[in-house]
Amino acid sequence: MNWLTLLMFLPLVGAAVVSVLPKANEKAAKQAAFITTIAVLLVTIGMTLSFERENVELQFVEKYAWIPSFGINFAVGIDAIALVLILMSTVLAPIVVLAGWNEAHGGRWSVKTFYILILVLETMMIGVFAATDVFLFYVIFEAMLIPVYFLIGGYGTGERSAAAVKFLIYSLVGGLLMLASIIALYVMSGDQFGHTFDINELSQLQMSSTTQNLLFLGFFIAFAIKAPVWPFHTWLPDAAGSASPGTSVLLLGVLDKVGTFGMIRYCLTLFPEASKTFTPLILILAVISILYGAFLAIGQKDIKRLIAYTSISHFGFITLGIFAMTTQGHSGAVLYMFNHAFSTAALFLVAGWMISRRGSSTISDFGGLQRVTPVMAWTFFFAGLSSLALPGLSSFVGEFLVLVGTFTRYPVHAVIATFGIVLAALYILIPVQKALHGPTTPGNENLKDLNLREKVAIAPVVAIIVVLGFYPSPLLKIINPATTNIISQLGFTDPVPSIEDK
Amino acid sequence: MTFTSPVLSYTLLSPMLILLGGALIGVLVEAFVSKAKRPIVQLTLALGVLTLALFQVWNIRGEQSLTPAMGSIIIDGPAVLLQGSILIISIIAILLIADTEHFTALPAALPGSEEERRAIAMGTQVTEVYPLTLFAVSGMLMFPVAGDLITLFVALEMLSLPLYLMAGLSRRRRLASQESALKYFLLGSFSSAFFLFGAAYLYGYSGSLDFAGIQASVIGGSGNDVLLLIGIAFLSIGLLFKVGAVPFHSWAPDVYQGAPTPVTAFMAAATKVAAFGAMLRIYYTVFANAQWSWSPVLTAIAVITMLLGSLVAVTQRDVKRMLAYSSIAHAGFLLTGVIALNKSGLDATIFYLFAYGITTVGAFAVVTLVRDSSGEVTDLNRWKGLGKRSPFAASTFAFFLLAFAGIPLTSGFIGKFSIFSAAYESGATGLVLVAIFSSALAAFFYIRVIVLMFFSDASEDGTGVEIPSILTRSAIVASAAITLILGVYPTPIIDFISDLATFIR
Repeated sequence: MNWLTLLMFLPLVGAAVVSVLPKANEKAAKQAAFITTIAVLLVTIGMTLSFERENVELQFVEKYAWIPSFGINFAVGIDAIALVLILMSTVLAPIVVLAGWNEAHGGRWSVKTFYILILVLETMMIGVFAATDVFLFYVIFEAMLIPVYFLIGGYGTGERSAAAVKFLIYSLVGGLLMLASIIALYVMSGDQFGHTFDINELSQLQMSSTTQNLLFLGFFIAFAIKAPVWPFHTWLPDAAGSASPGTSVLLLGVLDKVGTFGMIRYCLTLFPEASKTFTPLILILAVISILYGAFLAIGQKDIKRLIAYTSISHFGFITLGIFAMTTQGHSGAVLYMFNHAFSTAALFLVAGWMISRRGSSTISDFGGLQRVTPVMAWTFFFAGLSSLALPGLSSFVGEFLVLVGTFTRYPVHAVIATFGIVLAALYILIPVQKALHGPTTPGNENLKDLNLREKVAIAPVVAIIVVLGFYPSPLLKIINPATTNIISQLGFTDPVPSIEDK
Repeated sequence: MTFTSPVLSYTLLSPMLILLGGALIGVLVEAFVSKAKRPIVQLTLALGVLTLALFQVWNIRGEQSLTPAMGSIIIDGPAVLLQGSILIISIIAILLIADTEHFTALPAALPGSEEERRAIAMGTQVTEVYPLTLFAVSGMLMFPVAGDLITLFVALEMLSLPLYLMAGLSRRRRLASQESALKYFLLGSFSSAFFLFGAAYLYGYSGSLDFAGIQASVIGGSGNDVLLLIGIAFLSIGLLFKVGAVPFHSWAPDVYQGAPTPVTAFMAAATKVAAFGAMLRIYYTVFANAQWSWSPVLTAIAVITMLLGSLVAVTQRDVKRMLAYSSIAHAGFLLTGVIALNKSGLDATIFYLFAYGITTVGAFAVVTLVRDSSGEVTDLNRWKGLGKRSPFAASTFAFFLLAFAGIPLTSGFIGKFSIFSAAYESGATGLVLVAIFSSALAAFFYIRVIVLMFFSDASEDGTGVEIPSILTRSAIVASAAITLILGVYPTPIIDFISDLATFIR
């Protein structure tokens, strides 16, 4: 069964259906979008069930000639990491549609257009993780920017068009650097064994270490902008601060993961030597991201920007885990990617509801919400706890694994990174205290609590956070063989813990 | 002295002959058909002639001959591809030219004169533009297939002279239009003079005017190299002027802005194909063995063309001027394909020319739609909020801009990818990096226009969007469709090009 093409095709069908619906019938557009995303989720679950866990090769491989004279194929296939990320994306999509039921009303364009953009984006989110042809990956990587650009600029708030442009320019510049590297790979493949973009074949390329380093940088900077890693992060707070909550969830939860996913799939596979060369530098950037993101988050007055900065800190952890080059670090990073999507989704969605009720996104405008809207307040508190990686909630497992994995090889980095956890408590608990506790700020007395739709939308997120917090092993069982395989292919063995030395 | 009668192979020459014949009939139509019927007769004639010529080009694909006209014309794969591209672009452009609203009622009348007012009141439509277009197209068809310097020069003049006239035909802002025509004419004549000067030196170098003879001398290396270098330099100036490469670009913004927009569309797209077609033939065959004499200079020109085009475009406030600078930047990208001097460079340049030409016609077609009571509105500030007033115009224009910027899933991306990889393959790594850097710069101003159209609130100044006529609408839809298809599934075209594109010499 062609699972992956089916998955990529379904949202497009949904988008086509939505596009022929009458413009006035907004409800029908929403329903069609919701049904489509649920259908995609069901297909993804079906695919996950037939995924062979122990098989480290790419699965569900499909390959169709696209532009044969350039050696370009429409080639898809997934390993466990891609599977987990696709699962994450398709779970988030219906939640975003349901949670943001009324999000599109403040936009420049019709509600219909909003859902068409979301569905087209879903196709690309699946495709970007599934692509095994570098050209196809690049095409989707770049093309994805367009729907997001219109989602931010058309349906966001505040300085939305400036934020959308900043987002697009940053990403395009990164993309062009990657294009330069891809062209070099393409030409070299032509010299060595015939033009190809197949990732497995490209990983066999012979190249000098200088070339490898330069090409690595082309890819890495593109991914570091996407992820974002300090100092390439400045677009994110603006974009996330202006985008509608649903768009922000997709932006931070899924699109930014393309960056970290790309580091694993492309940087490490194509340029193993260069990855090792740059590891010390990247680890430093990662640690800076962790602390910098956390410090700036503490200082934020705007709730959406706060969440954006926390994410920069979280992406620092993910990058740290990837480049620590240990199996625990890698497994932790992948798990972190999955869990970060849900804790950020919870934060953004609840924050979005708070903001739309209050009409302001400044933290100090809230206060005493716990008394007025207890369900909303507690959900936000819960989302915050998940974001600061409280033991028992899912993000803790990923963060713990990343730190353990890093510590075995780079103890100093791990110790410094651990301060990020302390800061996390600050950046979450301070706004929680300001917004939820204390006397009710005047003007907030009549805020409404979450309605049934919102509760239904947030419930699966809460459930995932709790269940995977206590019982992460189903996910880890899928991830572990893949990460072990990557680490061993890079020629690393996990350092043996050596406590007895002391 | 005996007279040898020329042997012509009419089949291979038929596209050009059909065009010339059509143009002459067009002139007769001007003389003998009543005023009221002229527009429709001329349009039918022009479309018919262009389609017939395209059909003939299709029929002679795969043919190769050095002597269809005693060595003055060379028909081979690239010739067919370029002629086909020019014809397809011209057919779409003619659909825009058919909207005579853009042209002055009486070109001979002084701007603002009583005569002109009377002509406007009578509702006269200018129809000379059709035969002029056909003459220009026949020159363009001949330009890339010329086999000697004289034919090349004749073709150059044949495509230029009608364009000089057409640039001055604008109905609105006639003075600016005439100024642009004069500027184009003067600078064009100047560059023609350079061209002829170069041709003379090349004759002095090789003792021959046809490409075969010059090429033989270049390979033999027996001649005086100074003559060759001067010849190449001056000939190149003539050609670089036509494609608008820096530092021979200064006419482009004024002419693009002043000329009636349909003419700009035609000129920007088709001239570029013709001129780059001729450059490809000359650099890939005649001067190929003197690569080290011209390649460094051309590389420098490509670099400044790309950078200056992209940089200056950022500061433009007028949509036509912005597109003019963007076309200058694209000329730089195309030059990287010429410099590559390999098979993939040839394929890529031909693909890029076709893709870019179509997108350009489409973009200018949208420009013709945005108007207020006094004609077209080209001030970008007044394009604000266009997305709200006309989603069709704004979204197609945005799509064309994304294609110019080279975003994946548009023809522009495939073009850029193939032309940059060809340049990289030839070892011009630095050039590719500059090209990629200027693409990033260029993306900035394309996106700025999209922001204006979609994310800015409309100003209340009566800028409206014309309901497109059926012809204009089909031109826009056709260009958008081709741009999309070439971006999503370019395989048939790429294979077609790479099968055919080999110079026979």
